Amino acid sequence: MSGGPDNGAAAPGGRAGRRGARWLVLAIPYLWLLVFFLVPFFIVLKISLSMTALAMPPYVPVFDLAKGIDNVVAGIRQFTTDNYVWLIEDALYVRAYLSSLWIAAVSTFLLLVVGYPIAYGMARAPRRWQAMLVMMVILPFWTSFLIRVYAWIGILKKEGLLNQMLLALGVIDDPLTILNTNTAVYIGIVYSYLPFMVLPLYAALERMDDTLLEAAADLGCPPVQAFWKITFPLSMPGVIAGCFLVFIPVTGEFVIPDLLGGSETLMIGKTLWAEFFANRDWPVSSAVAVVLLVILVVPIVLFQNQEAKRAEREGR
Amino acid sequence: MATKALGPMRRKFAPWDDPAARPFIEFRNVTKRFGDFTAIDNLSLIIYEREFFALLGPSGCGKTTLMRMVAGFEEPSAGQVLLDGQDLAGIPPYRRPSNMMFQSYALFPHMSVEANIAFGLRQARMPKGEIDARVEEMLNLVKLKPFARRRPDQLSGGQRQRVALARSLAKKPKVLLLDEPLGALDKKLREETQFELTDLQQTLGLTFIIVTHDQEEAMTMADRIAVMDHGRIEQIATPAEIYEQPASRYVADFIGDINILEGRVAAADSASIRMECGGAGTTVLAAPANSVAAGQTAWFAIRPEKVSIALAPPTEAAVNCVGGEVWDIGYLGDVSIYHVRLATGATIKSTVSNHTRMIERPITWDDKVWLSWTPDAGVVLTR
Repeated sequence: MSGGPDNGAAAPGGRAGRRGARWLVLAIPYLWLLVFFLVPFFIVLKISLSMTALAMPPYVPVFDLAKGIDNVVAGIRQFTTDNYVWLIEDALYVRAYLSSLWIAAVSTFLLLVVGYPIAYGMARAPRRWQAMLVMMVILPFWTSFLIRVYAWIGILKKEGLLNQMLLALGVIDDPLTILNTNTAVYIGIVYSYLPFMVLPLYAALERMDDTLLEAAADLGCPPVQAFWKITFPLSMPGVIAGCFLVFIPVTGEFVIPDLLGGSETLMIGKTLWAEFFANRDWPVSSAVAVVLLVILVVPIVLFQNQEAKRAEREGR
Repeated sequence: MATKALGPMRRKFAPWDDPAARPFIEFRNVTKRFGDFTAIDNLSLIIYEREFFALLGPSGCGKTTLMRMVAGFEEPSAGQVLLDGQDLAGIPPYRRPSNMMFQSYALFPHMSVEANIAFGLRQARMPKGEIDARVEEMLNLVKLKPFARRRPDQLSGGQRQRVALARSLAKKPKVLLLDEPLGALDKKLREETQFELTDLQQTLGLTFIIVTHDQEEAMTMADRIAVMDHGRIEQIATPAEIYEQPASRYVADFIGDINILEGRVAAADSASIRMECGGAGTTVLAAPANSVAAGQTAWFAIRPEKVSIALAPPTEAAVNCVGGEVWDIGYLGDVSIYHVRLATGATIKSTVSNHTRMIERPITWDDKVWLSWTPDAGVVLTR
């Protein structure tokens, strides 16, 4: 790197060097995205357009660059959209997608309901406690996600901790069936994804100016109304960020429905796993993944366009 | 803003001199503690209706706490705060008939200018037509009609200050509380707004309480000023009284510039006070003052503009006259401040108006000069 000292006069090539440095800084993340996101995505896309085969790898065509460009062109000619047609024709996939979106939507709502009071409490806590409270929200990440989900099996199963406690307290006479139901899935999701909801909400609430609430009170607004008229609208960026941060990964969630859910739990992540590992149908599972990506990317792009338009309208 | 209607004569307004006048806001032996810290110390104060009252003092003197007790954001630890005869204890801020203009303006960032101004009116469930009319009236009052649909972050500092003012005035509160309202404005805009605020207060006939650390602001706007220090009131008086008859060295020093000479009272009667000021090496003859007795330590305080400076000794009898040497000159354009060093090493300041357009002033550095003043030019202070 020919960065050179800052004073341009002393280093004739300094200006160009600095520009080069700027490009490099920009290039690194994009290169990263290209190698670890875009290239794998195109591989998946390619497989989704291929046909299943009893071979290794289990699909055709297989590109072999060593056999020259003709081999690639011939391969591209063989591409088929059959796998996508299959996804639409078989009601199982449509139902799995819809069910996933529904579970993600309900989970997001539950997370917001649970996470907002936590974030609000954290933001209102004395300043010297706040760093510790944030720490406590992050603390579960220090243990493996998988182990924590397994722990929930121990809590929720018929002879698990929860039932034992409720029976001992006399709240129930017969143990509850929670494990392997959608309820268990919701509990698992809300538990696992809570930090992703709480942290953006906390960030939005924490920087809110308290005098705004005083001003609202001064103008005749009781505290509960002030929450809905001032605090909540001002925390909206945090609400939106938190919802996206949980909705997107929950839609494709596999581990939690697999471990805590039952046969009734239909989620696209489980379907994908079954296609890939049980059926060994790589092309169809790739198509499932590509469609899932499109389903999730479209609302994000729409949302971002909306935000950009709003910002432009406000002249920012 | 409606200056014409007022005419050149300022109304005679002095309810504090009228024993029959009804207190509007009253602090009765109010104390406020925050943990170990006493912000307000057994303070009593009466503010009258339609008064423009200023709470003046350095930061941390308790002036903001005092105001926040009227708004309801703080409750007194002891004592009572009454508004129009009603004890305010336990009444939450959203039920109090006062409105406040916040130092930071505290405009709602997610609402337009209009919505900010209408907020209090909507809270009061005023009919929509009336809200629109009042918002319109307020927008015209603060000359922000073209900015009605903008958001606070699209306005300049001065415009935001106007929105805050309009919002706090929209409900026509019995009392308007202004917390350092002009602090964020530049000097020109601040001076302009000061006069607008006084006009507005007189036109609307409201009671204004302003908190400020800027003595000029308090002097320009207020009917009366309370100078505060460490949770106590040092003096409550009109701006002229505060300036000309300060009650203590603290007040004298806080408001404007002043020379203070320590000395011993040699003689005090109903006609005059004679003081030996050892530090200045001179005897001072001053106008009589209450509770000054011969033999006690006292301080003679005189404003620099009341000290005359001359190159030759005055021809009359040499009372209140002291010689010295020009040590420093502060040229401010309109006035020049001469720092004169006396034989004893003490310094006395004298301000001279620059009537003529001379670049070279007749009195300059190291000149031997004589300072003199009339017996009624300064005051004798006992604390």
